[in-house]
Amino acid sequence: MSEFTLDDLRELLRGGAERPADLDGDIADIRFDELGYDSLAVLEIAGQIQRRFGVVVPDDAMTEMPTPAKAVEFVNALFERAGA
Amino acid sequence: MTNGREVLITGLGVVAPTGVGADAHWQAVLAGKSGIARITHFDPTPYPVRIAGEVTGFEVTDRVPRRVVSETDRWTHLALVAAEEALDDAGVELSALPEYEIAVVTSSSSGGTDFGQHQMQDLYQHGPSWVGVYQSIAWFYAATTGQLSIRHGMRGPCGVLCGEQAGGLDALGQARRLLASGTRLVVSGGTDASLCPYGLVAQLSSGELSTVDDPAGAYLPFDVDASGYVPGEGGAIVVAETRARDAEPYARILGYAAGFDPHPDTGRRPALRGVIERTLKDADLTPQDVDVVFADAAGVPHRDLAEAQAIGAVFGPRQVAVTAPKTLTGRLYGGGAALDVATAALTLRHGIVPPTTGPTRLAPGCELDLVTAPRQPSRLRTALVLARGHGGFTAALLLGRA
Repeated sequence: MSEFTLDDLRELLRGGAERPADLDGDIADIRFDELGYDSLAVLEIAGQIQRRFGVVVPDDAMTEMPTPAKAVEFVNALFERAGA
Repeated sequence: MTNGREVLITGLGVVAPTGVGADAHWQAVLAGKSGIARITHFDPTPYPVRIAGEVTGFEVTDRVPRRVVSETDRWTHLALVAAEEALDDAGVELSALPEYEIAVVTSSSSGGTDFGQHQMQDLYQHGPSWVGVYQSIAWFYAATTGQLSIRHGMRGPCGVLCGEQAGGLDALGQARRLLASGTRLVVSGGTDASLCPYGLVAQLSSGELSTVDDPAGAYLPFDVDASGYVPGEGGAIVVAETRARDAEPYARILGYAAGFDPHPDTGRRPALRGVIERTLKDADLTPQDVDVVFADAAGVPHRDLAEAQAIGAVFGPRQVAVTAPKTLTGRLYGGGAALDVATAALTLRHGIVPPTTGPTRLAPGCELDLVTAPRQPSRLRTALVLARGHGGFTAALLLGRA
């Protein structure tokens, strides 16, 4: 399986929802809550990653993903552990 | 009374099979224009009930932000739209009011049925990880109250009442209690939207839905051909407060009472008669002071008879005008009584009693002065709204002209 990129995450963030922040800019290190995604929204994105890529995203993943950059890093670590 | 200050209805918002908007609803109700038709939200062919009162001609995403639409059930969408109309109608600037003195109390019955059904389909067809997080906040009865509270910054004592078709009156009863103890404005009423296979099948289990396929012949309360009721979606949101604004309020809430039917095996009579009497006592009025009754109109023969008998016992046979415009919409569960209150408020404002469309021959024992054409009585000071919810919930609310 290929790498999970910031663009992949952007697509998930955009999908099916209207967001106040501009997702095209440099969002990598901006906190999710500043981008307009509360904890439920991040949990939902984690669920979508799980469904789409088949990796198990643990419940406490939230604390590992405060920003898009950290989320991408965390997901790629999951891919590696899954032997993808 | 509430510390000597009257409780006023200052704003109305309606989303119903008869129309989106209080004016559209009122025009349809006066004209006897039915919103009941063959179900379009899903293919009803395999089901014994194929007709319902649907809210149509209206795109939710035009009125509610997409983010909120995807995180909530249709029942909440309808309430958000109705609330916007009600608040605009009341002319109130919520941000100018202390946030802990404004509250939301709605009625709910089915909860997030459609949303939940789709999540359950994902669960059974794909697995647990397919259930989205928003199921946790979309389905439960207080979701609409919560979303209204968040959207409008209303941090006062919010809540939800679940009394099926009676809940809409109970929500206003609760609003009245809050207005007597420090809350200055309450957004109340309720909506319902369970016209999906899951919702319909749940309701079918009551055995009270009519299986007549003709939209004009299925829901005939108090009629010899009564065969049950038709389900519908929608409801009304109402702004209740203790001070009038620049615009004339629609009505005053004069009295309220609630009760619950005793177990059938006890042989005791249903709660409705006592609830009507206690509502009048609460208002410090007599039966002669009531000018029109908006009936619960179950459409189920033995329940119609029980209601007619209760009305007859309090007012005397055919001694008060009785009407049920809900034959144009179906019974709206959590939204039903709220819509009746909105219609009653409009009745008092305009001085015209809307008709009961459909029934043509009263069933034996139903000795009612049933209004079957729009009527402009010389005296239209008060309107009594009755509501009974599945299982025994019973409530009544008396409105008076402002």
